[in-house]
Amino acid sequence: MSLDLFFQYLFAGITYGSIYAIVAIGFNIIYTTTGIINFAQGEFVMLGGMIAISLLEYLPLGYAIAAAVLITMAIGALIEMLFIRWLESPSVLRMIIITIGISILLRESALHIWGESIRSLPYFYGNEITTFNLGSVHISPQVVWVIVACAVMMAGLSVFFRSTPIGREMRACAANRTAALLCGINTRNMVTLSFMLSAGIGALAGCVMSPITYTQYDSGTSLAIKGFTVAILGGLGNSLAAVAAGILLGIIEAFSVSVVPLAFQDAIAIAILLLILFVKPHGIFGSSEAARLKDF
Amino acid sequence: MRTPRKNISLAALCLVTVGLHLLTAATGTQYYLTQLTMAAYYGLVVIGLGVLMGYAGQISIGHAGFFAIGGYLAAALTTRNLEPFRDAPLVRGLDSLGLLAAGQDIYGAALLTVTPWAACLLAVSLAGLVALVIGVPVLKLRGHYLAMATLGFGTIVYRIFLASPYFGEADGIAEVPAFPLLPALGGFGPVVVSGGAEHRVLNFYVAWGVLILGMALLLNLIGSRVGRALRSLHSSEEAAEASGIATARCKLQVFVLSAVYAALAGVLLTHFNGGIGPSEASVMKSVRYVALVAVGGMTNLWGTLIMGVGLTFLSLRGVFGAHDDVVFGAILIAVMLFTPEGMLSLRLKEWARRLIPGARS
Repeated sequence: MSLDLFFQYLFAGITYGSIYAIVAIGFNIIYTTTGIINFAQGEFVMLGGMIAISLLEYLPLGYAIAAAVLITMAIGALIEMLFIRWLESPSVLRMIIITIGISILLRESALHIWGESIRSLPYFYGNEITTFNLGSVHISPQVVWVIVACAVMMAGLSVFFRSTPIGREMRACAANRTAALLCGINTRNMVTLSFMLSAGIGALAGCVMSPITYTQYDSGTSLAIKGFTVAILGGLGNSLAAVAAGILLGIIEAFSVSVVPLAFQDAIAIAILLLILFVKPHGIFGSSEAARLKDF
Repeated sequence: MRTPRKNISLAALCLVTVGLHLLTAATGTQYYLTQLTMAAYYGLVVIGLGVLMGYAGQISIGHAGFFAIGGYLAAALTTRNLEPFRDAPLVRGLDSLGLLAAGQDIYGAALLTVTPWAACLLAVSLAGLVALVIGVPVLKLRGHYLAMATLGFGTIVYRIFLASPYFGEADGIAEVPAFPLLPALGGFGPVVVSGGAEHRVLNFYVAWGVLILGMALLLNLIGSRVGRALRSLHSSEEAAEASGIATARCKLQVFVLSAVYAALAGVLLTHFNGGIGPSEASVMKSVRYVALVAVGGMTNLWGTLIMGVGLTFLSLRGVFGAHDDVVFGAILIAVMLFTPEGMLSLRLKEWARRLIPGARS
């Protein structure tokens, strides 16, 4: 493998990895506030892309994306209010089945609204063949968009959770729900908010990645599995580690293409997931003692 | 001595089977028997999964994977020509054991395949073996992790079948031969699993017979010491462990058993349909099995059986049309939101009593 090719794969890996990281952070946000793994997380990404593509007929690109993110956030809030808010301490098995049901409903609705066709947003800058050169490596401007968008989202979330009152309330709710309730925090609203937030960042990721990876009604499932792999790899609830783990998985996948057939690419991520679950279920960056206290 | 209640229920199920046949014969709707046969095989998967989920308390979103391993292997072994490899030691060994059948394809060329019985045994035991191997690490996981791991297993199986030319890629495997279960005996004709119209009634009874046998076996299992151990496992694994129950072994045994049920159903249904496609291995199928167990009631095997066969039959008849998956998704959510113990757990008697104040049951 030549050095150029190496960097080409590396950049592809980082691009996909940032998207996985965003999906993983979506898992983390909901998991830390509620203890639920939202199996419909991948569907938020798909919805974001699809809605933006549809709105593009009426709005310029930037507004279409912003509107798509807002609509997906509203859908996230609606789902939480309809299906989750009023349950009294449901069992884990019940929550798994409910969120799987939600993901089916979202996917099938998407199938009925948008059909089976594969769609995509246009490139934000230039087109498919626009590249700029970094040394001898060709990089599409969209790759930069993806990486920058993911970095900005990360920074934004970090500031939000550290410095804003609502962010602090959400963290309090995550740390100890009863104590947060006693401090006068409306924990139910915090849960709704976590669903909105996670739907929103999922939708934005879905928009920036759409020109490269395309969007189809069923593209959510494999993203959800990979996002979950990354979330586990980094240790559930640890968002900074999720970024490192996401980029790691993206790079592994990108380089695996040169060894195994493309059809098995998804199988690699899943094999890694299974391996991690069997060997070190608290994640490569997580501590086993912290994991023992969590309720899976 | 009183007859145990489960024997009465099983006898009732036999009567229902005969009743269904007579009903379709009387109303001239014998074409329903085809879907009833298929529904019975899917029912077999669902009751196996029901014991795993309801009694052992372990979720599996990968059971379509086991079904597909059974179906695909049976299909591939009975259709793929071994003639070019006739001199390979493995093929010669199989041949000397009498496990291979020579024949001719439609062009008259020599065809050498594994006999359906050998293929069936191989497929089912391989599925059991896979369940054993992945069950050891997977069943150590709990909750979300277990769900994701089994989902991952199902997806890998799906990808492998979809990507291998040996298994027909996206087309699947067609023209799977009939499965002669029993040779002709005395006045009876041979018992064959195949989709031909002349075998329709026979196949209906074979499928429901297998289902009833499977049910009887599971009911006995639940009633036995193992069953009580399983139930204790569901409510609290720690307590079960402390009472001296080998929880890991119990879970593994049930996991393997349910995988074997799924694989057997896969083998028989593949012979009945004459083929299998990758959609049988898809995640959606696994989710559907989970939905059917949930609707029937997690710890209610009879409910699981009734709902599993009933809803599958409606789905196969195309009652839900293009909204098939949506219906199952909606059922899944509705059941889990309102009656997490299953639809049949609704206290119908109590409701009736409340509606009719004077009535007492």
